[in-house]
Amino acid sequence: MKKYTDSGKKDTRSGFGDGLTVLGKTHENVVALCADLTGSLKMDAFKENHPERFFQVGIAEANMMGIAAGLTIGGKIPFTGTFANFSTGRVYDQIRQSIAYSGKNVKICASHAGVTLGEDGATHQILEDIGLMKMLPGMTVINTCDYNQTKAATLAIADHDGPVYLRFGRPKVANFTDPDQPFRIGEAVHLQDGTDVTLVATGHLVWEALQAAETLHEQGISAEVINIHTIKPLDNKAIQDSVKKTGCIVTAEEHNFLGGLGESVARVLAESTPTPQEFVATQDTFGESGTPEELMEKYGLNADAIVKAALKVIARK
Amino acid sequence: MPDFNYLTDLVVQVRRDILRQVHKVNSGHPGGSLGCTEFFVALYQVLMERKEGFDMNGVGEDLFFLSNGHISPVFYSVLARSGYFPVEELNTFRLLNSRLQGHPTTHEGLPGIRVASGSLGQGISVSIGAAEAKKLNKDQHLIYTLCGDGELQEGQNWEAIMYAAANTVDNLIVTIDLNGQQIDGATKNVLPLGNLKAKFEAFGWEVLEIEKGNNLEAVVEGMKLAKSKTGKKKPVCVLLHTIMGNGVDFMMHTHDWHGKAPNDEQLEVALSQNPETLGDY
Repeated sequence: MKKYTDSGKKDTRSGFGDGLTVLGKTHENVVALCADLTGSLKMDAFKENHPERFFQVGIAEANMMGIAAGLTIGGKIPFTGTFANFSTGRVYDQIRQSIAYSGKNVKICASHAGVTLGEDGATHQILEDIGLMKMLPGMTVINTCDYNQTKAATLAIADHDGPVYLRFGRPKVANFTDPDQPFRIGEAVHLQDGTDVTLVATGHLVWEALQAAETLHEQGISAEVINIHTIKPLDNKAIQDSVKKTGCIVTAEEHNFLGGLGESVARVLAESTPTPQEFVATQDTFGESGTPEELMEKYGLNADAIVKAALKVIARK
Repeated sequence: MPDFNYLTDLVVQVRRDILRQVHKVNSGHPGGSLGCTEFFVALYQVLMERKEGFDMNGVGEDLFFLSNGHISPVFYSVLARSGYFPVEELNTFRLLNSRLQGHPTTHEGLPGIRVASGSLGQGISVSIGAAEAKKLNKDQHLIYTLCGDGELQEGQNWEAIMYAAANTVDNLIVTIDLNGQQIDGATKNVLPLGNLKAKFEAFGWEVLEIEKGNNLEAVVEGMKLAKSKTGKKKPVCVLLHTIMGNGVDFMMHTHDWHGKAPNDEQLEVALSQNPETLGDY
């Protein structure tokens, strides 16, 4: 098995902020907008370095999305920053009409996604955003797993022409991917080769899937682990090729099982390679207050849950 | 001096275009379109500094955004008659595979359209973004926006109105089509807008009124005055008093023709009140 080590816990939102800081220097057309969450989104450095290219819109996310759409007319590449809840559900029609349908080159960067936002509770813990955004025609949907990958993704989406939803989180989590990794939108990353079960994970669940694979290995089960950072467009081939070897699959995500990565994977496999699948995801429920770890445990979003799902799906083969 | 004889002929021809577009497909929004005909003609023929052809980024020219996208018939007619696409294409309004969708969109690549609109309340925000881009590009040109009055019931407008003044977006002229009508009736009965002049002023805007919004010369003069108010640290709002359905007697002063097309007989009467001038498409 390949060994992955945590180089020191870091938050994915800092990966976004540090990526944006780099873009400020390398891409003069990159502009940033924030709805009163500059510190939370780690956008302070960009704001200080480029005050003329930073737009503080206040607590007015609908206006922010519209302004972002308008800024593209004139050749700017706007990055909006707020929590995932306020980046999607709150402004869905603005994104739909002014950005997606209008084909505007806006990068919607969303922090504090999922239950790991923690103590603030369900009002702020969106578990529906992947579904909302992947349903918009032309929208690219990315959910990164650690600091390094989030930084790489932030850099990559600046050079992608078209609207992007970039989802990341609040807590400090294991930082295990290569700091110099190439980030190719729509291309899955193979983390472990295996033959008994495929574990496909996105976001914070990727590290958990690696831990699960180690536990399964100790039990004599060979798990293939795939990091799906891009949920749309999905790397169909990587998933299809893997299940041809393993014959079963577990999807893992910090999102409702309705509308998330799991459903996208299920559709691909149903069309080409019908395969037993288990879904590690929230079960059509809202979140609640608690620490990130407590919530991951309670809602079945950790390595233990992935191991259980793997054993179950292997038995269904 | 603009050639007002020609422009008056154009206004009448645009009215015919509006009526014929909506009649052909028995759908669309003639009322607000007719009420804003003089405004569109003044904007595209006199006020805006425009470049030949169409470039989405629009650097080095004035830009226009239509927030109340349902008045697409007047927008399409004036765009076509200002050279953005062939006038004959008005024949395809609202038909399958047309670039002239029910509400304007960039999605089908129609020249002259820079953002989709139809779901109301989004145009001022988009216009602010385009205005900020102009400032970053050191482009001295202006952003013009048209909103319906009923549309101001959408909350996003007030986010945008607050932002524009606070951030001295002074290369922006937002015109409100004050026809006092919306789908369910008069705005004063559906949800009164209150004193819009006082509201915009309280938000920090420069506000002008054009009382005769269906008088071409008054619109040109009023909009020129508005233009002279740009670049003075405040966004500019023009309250344009119009009559919904203007130019067709049975369509005027009512909300009935907001989203209804005339039948064959009604079209004949309406067209007879607006005899052909520059040639039908």
